[in-house]
Amino acid sequence: MAQMTMIQAITDALRTELKNDENVLVFGEDVGQNGGVFRATEGLQAEFGEDRVFDTPLAESGIGGLAIGLSTQGFRPVPEIQFFGFVYEVMDSISGQMARMRYRSGNTMHAPVTIRSPFGGGVHTPEMHADSLEGLMAQQPGLKVVIPSNPYDAKGLLISSIRDNDPVIFLEHMKLYRSFRDEVPEEAYEVELGKAKVAREGNDVTLIAYGAMVQASVKAAEELEKDGVSAEVVDLRTISPLDIDTIVESVKKTGRVVVVQEAQRQAGIASQIVAEIQERAILHLEAPVLRVAAPDTVYAFTQAEEVWLPNHNDIVEKVNDVINF
Amino acid sequence: MKRTTEKIAEQFETFQILDEEGKIVNEEAMPELSDDELKELMTRMVYTRILDQRSIALNRQGRLGFYAPTAGQEASQLGSQYALEQDDFILPGYRDVPQLIWHGLPLYKAFLFSRGHYIGNQMPEGVNALSPQIIIGAQYVQTAGVALGMQKRNKKSVAITYTGDGGTSQGDFYEGMNFAGAFNSPAIFVVQNNQFAISTPVEKQTAADTLAQKAVAAGIEGIQVDGMDVLAVYVATKEARERAVNGEGPTLIEALTYRYGPHTMAGDDPTRYRSEDLDNEWERKDPLVRFRKFLEEKGIWSEDQENEVIEKAKEEIKNAVKEADNTPKQKVTDLIGNMYETLPSHLEEQMEEYKAKESK
Ligand SMILES: Cc1ncc(C[n+]2csc(CCOP(=O)(O)OP(=O)(O)O)c2C)c(N)n1
Ligand SMILES: [Mg+2]
Repeated sequence: MAQMTMIQAITDALRTELKNDENVLVFGEDVGQNGGVFRATEGLQAEFGEDRVFDTPLAESGIGGLAIGLSTQGFRPVPEIQFFGFVYEVMDSISGQMARMRYRSGNTMHAPVTIRSPFGGGVHTPEMHADSLEGLMAQQPGLKVVIPSNPYDAKGLLISSIRDNDPVIFLEHMKLYRSFRDEVPEEAYEVELGKAKVAREGNDVTLIAYGAMVQASVKAAEELEKDGVSAEVVDLRTISPLDIDTIVESVKKTGRVVVVQEAQRQAGIASQIVAEIQERAILHLEAPVLRVAAPDTVYAFTQAEEVWLPNHNDIVEKVNDVINF
Repeated sequence: MKRTTEKIAEQFETFQILDEEGKIVNEEAMPELSDDELKELMTRMVYTRILDQRSIALNRQGRLGFYAPTAGQEASQLGSQYALEQDDFILPGYRDVPQLIWHGLPLYKAFLFSRGHYIGNQMPEGVNALSPQIIIGAQYVQTAGVALGMQKRNKKSVAITYTGDGGTSQGDFYEGMNFAGAFNSPAIFVVQNNQFAISTPVEKQTAADTLAQKAVAAGIEGIQVDGMDVLAVYVATKEARERAVNGEGPTLIEALTYRYGPHTMAGDDPTRYRSEDLDNEWERKDPLVRFRKFLEEKGIWSEDQENEVIEKAKEEIKNAVKEADNTPKQKVTDLIGNMYETLPSHLEEQMEEYKAKESK
């Protein structure tokens, strides 16, 4: 086993699958010689050649269309969208086309595309780089949406995503890229899509989170522990489809829930989770389910992003509200 | 037989007035600029070079945020802007802050834009421009709209937009040119071909031999100019502007240039994708060096004059940084307030919530 950052684990997953399946192709803007602007594809072109790992012209809609076309030729495309804020440029390819490939063809064709893309706040990017747009993706039937919170999961989830025969949007939180290391096995392994993980066990309250908010939730849980509150943290890992069973099981255990997302409050993943919980487990609830989310503005211009982004203090505050309800 | 694309490319010879030694190679194309105007062009280029150096230093000290270096591109940026009138409307990309400054954006606002403060995006009254576009190509389609609007209002002005070589691969690039062509609108599309889109060389963007020839498919005028020659860029833009306001439609200008620095200050390392030889080759074409030689030959520029400009630039930059520092810090409540004309009730609620947070 090796100690890896999340970005190293991602590179390792790409290398594993490029080796494992000759149909896997990695492409996008600056992913070749430059190894991607975050170095996620570092060394892959040198190792696998320009045939398998290549730069495209600068057009996200072109990249999306290329991926769909390549998949009809039996390839397993793993394109990169340089920053997920640019997804609007490729929305039709994603939501209008690849998500509907299986459906439109009457289940005779499919698009085994995995779109990787960095997103997430707190790293002082210019506008359109940091937005949490996973809600847009989750609203589209036909897609799977995966967001790892740590290096181990990142490798296993990315391998599973690439092997999956339906399109997967794989979102990599920029703040997690190099913030810590994990033990990551050298061999290939899968982490099942659509399965959440209990990242921390507890009895008094359930915190449901994904991406960078898992870290914030764990930190909040550690603080709450000092006050004698035992918080369980559920890391969703896949936000579409949701692992309702794991969520409901935890809710039944604790009876109190705070759902945490970095995205704006309106029409987000958290709202969907709250709805599922009240439909399935209302009699187990001791308090209303509360949300921690960013305010309903466009992602903050950098100078205000620290206040704009939800953090562990906001989570502790909401937990106290549901405990004292 | 020659391929059609080669035949087309041959018609796009690079337009040049001053060679690398500052000698006039195209006498008949020389613009009628007074000595003062020529000196003003040089002043702006020198000033902008200093601004670039200071911006890079300030970024490294953590006193500026997002910054895309401009050194090498002064002739493309400022030669084209100098051909404009105040009523003309600029739609810039993220690297085109100098054009905005010379069009009237106060320096401290340029710094606030870099720091990620909304005040940096507020154009003063009379400065006709949008703030720098982050989404590659988006400004191209919008330009068609600005130009059509001017046409409908019978204005004698133009819309001018800037993108890079990489930007020409976006669908928006074609759509913008094609719309403006179809409506015969007063638009100027400038492509600053600095040879790279981050790490990707222009040869990987397209099979076309020039970017200027992309005008052909849209049925509009196209020209390739030496983007290190400020006079050539000025003349090409001036002529494009004249055609536009005379109802003769839009023009695509490809300016051949180079960025000396990294793509942005956020971790790009040009040595991963460019050779020192190539850097040197382009630095020999430097726009300031050649224009300085030309002006000195004419006897209207000296080292003393240049030093005066440099000192003035440094002083103004220092003051602008102070002004940016003294601007009240941006708050989340400011951002909430900027979302709608009238705040919906959920945002009113959030406004109160964040007011409470911010007053803690
Ligand atoms: C739609 C979109 N895709 C990708 C990017 C990321 N990006 C920023 S600059 C850049 C390269 C642009 O190159 P070019 O158009 O040649 O302009 P230059 O930076 O060289 O001036 C890329 C890919 C972006 N900002 N917007
Ligand atoms: Mg470029």
